Amino acid sequence: MRHLRTYVQIAWLWIRAAWQYPASFVLLAVGNGLVTGLDFVGLWIMFAHLRDLAGFALHEVALLYGSASLALALADTAISSVERIGTYIRTGRLDQMMTKPVPLLVQVCADQFSLRRLGRLTQAGVVLAWAGTYVEWTPLRALVAVSMIASGTLVFFGLFVGFSCVQFWTTDATEFANAFTYGGATVTQYPLSIFPREVLVGLTFVVPVAFVNWYPCLYLLGRTDPFGTPDAFRFASPLAALVTVGAALLVWRTGVRHYTSTGS
Amino acid sequence: MLHVAVASRAFRRYSTYRAATVAGIFTNSVFGVIYSYAYLALWRANPSAGGYDSQDAVTYVWLGQALLMTIALWGGGATDDLAERIRTGDVAIDLYRPVGLVGWYLASDLGRAAYHLLTRGLAPTLIGLIAFRIALPSSPVTALAFGVSVVLAVVVSFAIRFLVASTAFWLLDQSGVKVMSGAFAIFFSGMMLPLVLFPGWLGTLALGLPWASYVQVPADIWLGRHSGADLASALAFQVLWAVVLLAACHGVLRLATRKVVVQGG
Amino acid sequence: MTPTAQGPAPHGPAALIEVVDLERTFDVRRRVEGRRRRVRESVVAVRDLSFEVAAGEMVGYIGPNGAGKSTTIKMLTGILVPTGGHVRVGGLDPSRDRVELARRIGVVFGQRSTLWWDLPLRDSFDLLQKMYRIPPQRYRANLDRFVELLDLGDRLDTPVRQLSLGQRMRGDIAAALLHDPEVLYLDEPTIGLDVVSKSRLREFLRALNGERGTTLLLTTHDLQDIEALCDRVIVIDRGTAVYDGSLGGLHARGGSTRTLVVDLVDEAAPIDVPGATVRRIEGPRQWLSFPSDASAAPIVAAVASAYDVADLSIQEPAIEDVIRDLYSRGA
Repeated sequence: MRHLRTYVQIAWLWIRAAWQYPASFVLLAVGNGLVTGLDFVGLWIMFAHLRDLAGFALHEVALLYGSASLALALADTAISSVERIGTYIRTGRLDQMMTKPVPLLVQVCADQFSLRRLGRLTQAGVVLAWAGTYVEWTPLRALVAVSMIASGTLVFFGLFVGFSCVQFWTTDATEFANAFTYGGATVTQYPLSIFPREVLVGLTFVVPVAFVNWYPCLYLLGRTDPFGTPDAFRFASPLAALVTVGAALLVWRTGVRHYTSTGS
Repeated sequence: MLHVAVASRAFRRYSTYRAATVAGIFTNSVFGVIYSYAYLALWRANPSAGGYDSQDAVTYVWLGQALLMTIALWGGGATDDLAERIRTGDVAIDLYRPVGLVGWYLASDLGRAAYHLLTRGLAPTLIGLIAFRIALPSSPVTALAFGVSVVLAVVVSFAIRFLVASTAFWLLDQSGVKVMSGAFAIFFSGMMLPLVLFPGWLGTLALGLPWASYVQVPADIWLGRHSGADLASALAFQVLWAVVLLAACHGVLRLATRKVVVQGG
Repeated sequence: MTPTAQGPAPHGPAALIEVVDLERTFDVRRRVEGRRRRVRESVVAVRDLSFEVAAGEMVGYIGPNGAGKSTTIKMLTGILVPTGGHVRVGGLDPSRDRVELARRIGVVFGQRSTLWWDLPLRDSFDLLQKMYRIPPQRYRANLDRFVELLDLGDRLDTPVRQLSLGQRMRGDIAAALLHDPEVLYLDEPTIGLDVVSKSRLREFLRALNGERGTTLLLTTHDLQDIEALCDRVIVIDRGTAVYDGSLGGLHARGGSTRTLVVDLVDEAAPIDVPGATVRRIEGPRQWLSFPSDASAAPIVAAVASAYDVADLSIQEPAIEDVIRDLYSRGA
């Protein structure tokens, strides 16, 4: 909790710093909003040629898309500079942070905090709200929806942190991580029933993005699972989030230890 | 011959990042797999969407992944060096050199593109061929035309990135404009979704904009959707945009030079 | 300043920094001509390094580039784990208790600012108060004092990017001190500063040490920093300490020579007097060197009696020369 407060305090300073260049701030926010806006237009164009995608109607796909997009935007906002730790190592900035009495991860996540995902947050919120009007809400479904967003955010957070740690070992092959982080994010835009079963297994147990939206959305939509996985999976998102974040923190600690023991 | 030297230096510069190249190929391939399944689902539901069949669609996916870095869809490449030199003011030196700035950076970017085509272009294409049995060019003429089209795609993309970088003369920082330009490039190049799927006026507009040269035009040539006079006009479309945009680069540079000379940078 | 004969601190629990047989090697992979794979090899950055620093000392830590200075600082701050020997700072193991130790030390990397570039100095200070959880009263008192001593009063509300290099460095030093650290590590604090800024900074550090007894460990290339501040110097070369003692002792240890500069009335052949040798001739001016511990008087007398002398002066050995001498004889 104490760390969260420090995080917010550092983040706030960065927001104020960014405001010193309002033109750049606005241009970047609009640009990023445009990326995500056009992203959804793409999905919409796709549906101009379809009645459904692998059995899922537009509003159902929108629910999947909106929830994953919201979780991704929240996680991406929260991690700020984690993806750049390789640069931080090279420039010595990481060393500087290590002499401060705040856990390194808190500092890195708060460093250069920016609201560049404001556009995505807004867009995801709008899409999700629209898709939500098609859901027959019950108290349990509302609970699952809330836990879905929270868990999804944590899963993405864990993936970003965990895979960024590759940079503690190599600063060359950073793009490798994108396959899992942004690749995972892209996968969640579609109903997972478009993939073969092996892919679903991988997305459940290896890079657990299926828990970001797929399983809980099956429950929200009251649909049967085309793959016939256990019903319990629909409620297992918080567990998946816990495991992912736990694993990521472990990898992070190993990475920092590697750094302090090799200095490179 | 200076330009050949510049290009080969750029080629070598990129070829030193071997681990990065392998990582990039891996990532391109993962995205290729994801989009392949998405398109297969789409074309299963609508087997002739946009006039493609499902093999065309999957081929399109892998060509897109192969061209992603070659045309520097997200921006970057040699023009990032330019933006940096504008920001630091070093560009003033370049402006007084006897060698044309546009030609210099174009040569450098072509060197970079050649490296990316041979590595991050070739490898995903092979993987697509093995894993998803993508279509190959039906004749040597088609293959040759595809090659020409890719070069033109790089030139058009370079000119747009050069213009984006040039905004730094006035804004000091290209990053905001670069993000905007990248967003348009992703959408209107056909990287996100083939432009042939765009409905009505949006489709007409998209096929007329310079970004169509990036992915849609080369991919259609590869798929053999242009032949004879149609093929010539597809290439002419790219040439036209290349000429117009390169002229714009020269024009902008002249304005910038005047600004640098008058205001001293 | 007069060097005191303090020397290395006496062993005992009073030592704030304790370095025993410290060793650090790095595995590097190097490309070798003619081989496809890069060759792995081990490079020793620090070896057999032992020293203690008592609370309140001001120690200069000097050596040529690549001697192991920053590797040592990294091990003292917990950024790097030693591969051998051990380090304790304030009773803590730096790498294990890094975060806890961070509250008790201050670090300034001369070439890298911790301040927020686009925001006023005050905002950076306020954030540090929160990060270190400095009690508000203590914070205000420290801020007032440092602002006064460092002459930053009218700069507190200026964005850091508009500060001069000297002002920014002073800002960074104030930032490193707000939480009352017991030790302050300064890595090249005067690099790039003008003469006035340098001397102002040195004055401040002396005052800080006098007022609060803050221990100072300073790496620098500017030996005037050392002369102005440090009673004790540790010279490191190729990873190990080649000298640890007073500045005065360094002069003597260096086996250094003093120089007699003779201005003759006319150009002449090299001066030949017992006890001194000619090092350089430039027209009528000649430089003669003689051992530091020898008396200058007989040599001066001998020269004056044998030659037509227009002027004479004696140059004390420059510390740079002493250290260069030490390095060359180092390992």
